[in-house]
Amino acid sequence: MGLSHRGLQLLSNIATNDKHGENSPYFDGWKAYDTNPFHPTNNPEGVIQMGLAENQLCPDLIEEWIRNNPEASICTAEGVNWFRYIANFQDYHGLPEFRNAVANYMSKTRGGKVKFDPDRILMSGGATGANELIMFCLANPGEAFLVPSPFYPAFIRDLCWRPRVQLVPVECHSSNNFMITREALEDAYKKAKEDNINIKGLILTNPSNPLGSTVDRETLRSIVSFINEKNIHLVCDEIYAATVFRAPCFVSVSEVIQDMEHCNLNLIHIVYSLSKDMGLPGFRVGIIYSYNDEVVSCGRKMSSFGLVSSQTQYFLAALLSDDKFVDKYLGESARRLEQRHSHFTKGLEKVNITCLPSNAGLFCWMNLRGLLKEQTFEGEMMLWRVIINEVKLNVSPGSSFNCSEPGWFRVCFANMDDQTVDIALKRIRAFVGKETGSKPVEHKRWKSNLRLSFSSRRFEENVMSPHMMSPHSPMPRSPLVKAT
Amino acid sequence: MRLLSTKATCDTHGQGSSYFIGWEAYEKNPYDEVHNPKGIIQMGLAENQLSFDLLESWLEKNPDVSGFKRDGKSMFRELALFQDYHGLPSFKKALADFMSDIRGNKVTFDPNHMVLTAGSTSANETLMFCLAEEGDAFLLPTPYYPGFDRDLKWRTGVEIVPIQCTSSNNFQITEPALQQAYQDACKRNLRVKGVLVTNPSNPLGTTMSRSEMNLLVDFIKSQNDMHLISDEIYSGTVFSSPGFVSVMEVLKERNDLKDGDEIWNRVHVIYSLSKDLGLPGFRVGVIYSENDTVVAAATKMSSFGLVSSQTQYLLSAMLEDKKFTKNYIVENQKRLKRRQRMLVSGLKKAGISCLESNAGLFCWVDMRHLLHSNTFDAEIELWKNIVYKVGLNISPGSSCHCSEPGWFRLCFANMSEETLNLAMKRLKGFVVESTSTTQSHRSALFNASSKRNSLTKWVFRLSSRDHHRDQEER
Repeated sequence: MGLSHRGLQLLSNIATNDKHGENSPYFDGWKAYDTNPFHPTNNPEGVIQMGLAENQLCPDLIEEWIRNNPEASICTAEGVNWFRYIANFQDYHGLPEFRNAVANYMSKTRGGKVKFDPDRILMSGGATGANELIMFCLANPGEAFLVPSPFYPAFIRDLCWRPRVQLVPVECHSSNNFMITREALEDAYKKAKEDNINIKGLILTNPSNPLGSTVDRETLRSIVSFINEKNIHLVCDEIYAATVFRAPCFVSVSEVIQDMEHCNLNLIHIVYSLSKDMGLPGFRVGIIYSYNDEVVSCGRKMSSFGLVSSQTQYFLAALLSDDKFVDKYLGESARRLEQRHSHFTKGLEKVNITCLPSNAGLFCWMNLRGLLKEQTFEGEMMLWRVIINEVKLNVSPGSSFNCSEPGWFRVCFANMDDQTVDIALKRIRAFVGKETGSKPVEHKRWKSNLRLSFSSRRFEENVMSPHMMSPHSPMPRSPLVKAT
Repeated sequence: MRLLSTKATCDTHGQGSSYFIGWEAYEKNPYDEVHNPKGIIQMGLAENQLSFDLLESWLEKNPDVSGFKRDGKSMFRELALFQDYHGLPSFKKALADFMSDIRGNKVTFDPNHMVLTAGSTSANETLMFCLAEEGDAFLLPTPYYPGFDRDLKWRTGVEIVPIQCTSSNNFQITEPALQQAYQDACKRNLRVKGVLVTNPSNPLGTTMSRSEMNLLVDFIKSQNDMHLISDEIYSGTVFSSPGFVSVMEVLKERNDLKDGDEIWNRVHVIYSLSKDLGLPGFRVGVIYSENDTVVAAATKMSSFGLVSSQTQYLLSAMLEDKKFTKNYIVENQKRLKRRQRMLVSGLKKAGISCLESNAGLFCWVDMRHLLHSNTFDAEIELWKNIVYKVGLNISPGSSCHCSEPGWFRLCFANMSEETLNLAMKRLKGFVVESTSTTQSHRSALFNASSKRNSLTKWVFRLSSRDHHRDQEER
């Protein structure tokens, strides 16, 4: 047959391009953390991970439930009768009990104001898989979605990499707390049209990552009417729905469309997950809920590429249909988030660092514009490197979220215990004091009436704090890793 | 304006095919010994339900694992948070060892070259995304697993070009067939990125020979950007000789490796626990490659379908128990062998033969003699009768892209022995009935004595094991 003349291209473009986004400088912070991770006794000067939006505040509630409900596991004596059925169950419709439980849970997290139809619930490999899947269903390669900035950086991987959809940012500004305005939407849409970009829809995260705020009802209605007018899709990633800890309460798009008669429901889709609300990212539970029958049908077939493990479906079906547990969990989780948020933001205020007012999420959108040497993105990067290398906190710079203004940083607060939060605050106070030449304000001794999120055994020698490994980390430090 | 994507509205997912229609028929009227004894028996599902008791007894002996515990301490929090796409190291190590055990340790697998995915469905798709552009093609020997149309083509835009295999040599891959497939692809202006095979084969139930594998390796060597993918999902289901030879073993054996070392960069293995361990619900797939770039890219892509940490944890404990796994592999193969023999002899009693097989969860059954004509229309007609009248959901060869009509895949490991016996009884009844129907049909066309002679010969042929040879004479 002979050698071809077609030129060597062993792998695909997708495999060799950068669109997975992992080569961005954003991940330098992760690397700094991975090579020098904070540990209260073994490495107290290490980098504290504040770039990880994980909810580690309430695992004790779930652990207690597990102890009291051994039948929820197919491996226990109480549950093993179901083992073979569940192990064999690969139906992409998903376990009916699981879908019912998820529908029930989703309804509760929206204050019971909406009912969800279990037959519209599709599974996927986490919200990562869900967002990619919905793009495959709604847009052809080269087509585009509007996305309000600042936005979750990994949208670039999830929406653009394999589906090859373009993202067109809709700029939001601090002047109005980064709210999405009709004007900004119209401008972005118009400009895209002028550039011959075919907009297929709008995707937004509500509550917002990185802002930590919920989209208000009026704005949501305006967005729904905008997409209807343009006949484009609306994908609402509501992954942080149950992290709302203070008023205003969460308004889901599913609630808003209930009294918008002229809304074309075929355009409305929700992405959800249990990774943030319930702190279960390891279980890979992504949900797509579409009001469009064709999307449900096609999406269900596509879900074959990322079904939720039946073992996990079975466990969660039991957990989430326990109304008593769910009500208790949602209440307590919101309470702990509120406490943590309040403690953290008050600590920042002591050194005149303000955050965007927020009522949800696992992070704050911190305003460090006053600390920039120059009001540019270069200035932001410079400050960021100082924060990582000298202050030793891995925070996320606003530019990685495509923010239009330099000086904003996302800082996560729910992935550590109280002591670590205080150490982080101390470091920030010292740094700011140095930068601004002012003495740090004397801080009150915080009373330890804040319940510890973790028992102290976390820091026993052989049990280190679990951290999500950065994508680049070759040597993860979870005790599960050490077990090899 | 088109509301949805082309992918959403096309039928490249292949679920309009007969393969899936049979499933739907089954779902509407499923056999149940007590509640629906006249319902359709599912023989279209390649599941391994023979060895659950072994897994259950392991669970009973290992209660710690069930409560997310290790040495009495709860692992729940760590598991709940563990989403590293590199996977649980202990799980990958245990999987690598398990894969080696299945291959009699003639090859070993390095966990650092493994990528975990949500089932081999996801593994196959991911590998396509890594190796081929939209519009490129992979060559696949026919007959092949119907789900490949969805897994390899749907969202990737990659094409499949068949390597036509025939019953004349038990559907083995030949050089002329391979060359023909390559030419076919060129005629369609498709760039061939390589070959994908399933070994052991679905739907044939046979292991691939060394000479076939060497043929394929030679073929991809002829162009330096072609790959060979070996889907070895059924590797643990080999129950009789010749044993299983993995493509990795063949590569090791080849003595042209000194200048062919780079070939290791272009050969990849797919695996899963869905068939060998009978755990399709747990969604455990593996991509194995010595090509670091492939591993790196596939690892990132696995974000879209990671294996649940809860499941990784359970299975790492199970597979680390080497005594258990060794015993499981042997016992599982014994049971599969016994069950396959039951199906083969049951079919024989109905005058039906099948391709001699040594692996898999199914047989490749020859029903050409039951066709009204040597056409795919006749095959579908026969198939419908078998699904709706006989009440057996079996898979017609056309759904597997077989080049000859009349072949069907029948699964034997997803039901009890009683159900299998019932299925054979029903099939026999159907064959007898259609034989007598054909008898009376033919008597209207031929004179009595020649009719009787030809009929006797024909009935004799039906029960002969050399049936496929007789076919050529027809």
